[in-house]
Amino acid sequence: MSTRLDPLAIRADFPTLARQVNGHPLIYFDNAASSQKPQAVIEAIRVFYQSRYASVHRGIYTLSEEATAAYERVRDKIAAFIKAPDRRGIVFTRNATEAINLVAHSWGRLNVGRGDRLLVTEMEHHSNLLPWLLLCREVGAELIYLPITDEGRLDLSQLDRLLDGPVKLVAVTHASNVLGTVNPVCEIAARAHAAGALVLVDGAQSVPHLPVDVEALGCDFIAFSGHKMCGPTGIGVLWGRLELLEDMPPFLVGGGMIERVGRTDATWAHPPHKFEAGTPAIAEAIGLGAAVDYLEKTGMEVIYAHEQALTAYAMEQLSTLPWVHIVGPPAGERIGVIAFTMASIHPHDLACLLDREGIAIRAGLHCAQPLHEKLGLEATARVSFYLYNTCDEVDRLVSALQAARRLIHG
Amino acid sequence: MEVLYRENILDHYRNPRNEGTLEDADISHELDNPLCGDRIRIDIRLKDGVVTEARFSGRGCVISIASASILTEEIVGKSVAELHAYRDEDMFRLLGITPGPVRARCALLPLQVLKEGISRLRDEEQSLRA
Repeated sequence: MSTRLDPLAIRADFPTLARQVNGHPLIYFDNAASSQKPQAVIEAIRVFYQSRYASVHRGIYTLSEEATAAYERVRDKIAAFIKAPDRRGIVFTRNATEAINLVAHSWGRLNVGRGDRLLVTEMEHHSNLLPWLLLCREVGAELIYLPITDEGRLDLSQLDRLLDGPVKLVAVTHASNVLGTVNPVCEIAARAHAAGALVLVDGAQSVPHLPVDVEALGCDFIAFSGHKMCGPTGIGVLWGRLELLEDMPPFLVGGGMIERVGRTDATWAHPPHKFEAGTPAIAEAIGLGAAVDYLEKTGMEVIYAHEQALTAYAMEQLSTLPWVHIVGPPAGERIGVIAFTMASIHPHDLACLLDREGIAIRAGLHCAQPLHEKLGLEATARVSFYLYNTCDEVDRLVSALQAARRLIHG
Repeated sequence: MEVLYRENILDHYRNPRNEGTLEDADISHELDNPLCGDRIRIDIRLKDGVVTEARFSGRGCVISIASASILTEEIVGKSVAELHAYRDEDMFRLLGITPGPVRARCALLPLQVLKEGISRLRDEEQSLRA
């Protein structure tokens, strides 16, 4: 494995990147929302449907046994990918959102009651906010917020004070989908555990982009989505400590997650199957397995280094434009996510004008409305990178920003 | 796509007409577009059921601001009944563009504000009569 990534070789693996959009080569800068797919992932899904398809876990015939083995092998791959101590802690969900909802419904309703507190941060995506908001409302618990500093970091000086009380869980994002900030989850988890609280990490923006080791992080749950890490849509992962998952009631009930069912009672299967009711997203899991193979072949350290270099370059280039205001901490403290505003150009107009140049960026609130309110911003434009993005694309972005400004201001 | 930022639209954005508010307006209504944080308020003064003055205020993208500017120009001299009959297509005709589904919400926000404002006025009149 080489220590530097060759983005041009990587790009050849992603068919969508060869597209022209509005007469220009596509520049895909919306990776925090979702990533493009390498041919290997597309091929794995095609081959599965074409010649290996059957349902899993119940069939007593060769095809089903093969499909089951392939599906369960992906569980092993995911466990190894995030250094999970036990493959049974890996639960397949639809996405990170569903994984967090699973914990809120199952663990939350069992363990959180009236007067308890849940601690979230001001930089959470709605998917790591609304499940807890709803839970608090239902059981009469209180949702409290760890504030952010003006630089877009978590204000850890407030943490112990906020943990001093009946806090049952700290739900924190590993990396912000707006600020890019990488949070010190290790330290937060240690302090939360000392205060008797569990820790759920939203890994949607970290697992695709940097080496993640759940044991080293010290968290109790982590949630992430397959589609943001070169995998298909419809498949995500919840990892939880096995002893917690053992005690939790099921989230959805139905086929495939029971030990026995009587007319008036039922006993549940053990994790992870207890949490995988119904026919799972088999082909999507196979696709996710191929995505993990692809990322591991390239090397997560190598991908991380590439994105760090690209982000530093982009921050430097954007800072030469005095009318661009970047939100969040400096390069080195963030993943490849850069949200910004431009003086007197609405982010939606900017996204529209950049699209004319074939550049796909995101504009709006990025599912983080409380964060935007805290920052005093109505909306931001956001570029976000992945392993296939290049400095050349950043240069084209900068030119397109200058052109957009000329057009709007006349 | 090129057609979205036509010169007439950019002109209304750079030099908005009827920007401001009206004291004691007969219709005053405001709406948010939660998707992009746009917020448009429209104030209207009526005489015998006909618009004599219209102002808009708020914040938004080129399309929503231009739309508000063009709409407040258009409606002066029109009756409430005429305003009520305005359709989305009328707004696109005034703008001279038919935006895609996402930007259509920006383009239609001022018209939505206007129509909701009128509905509220009617509701108030009906409740006064009742």
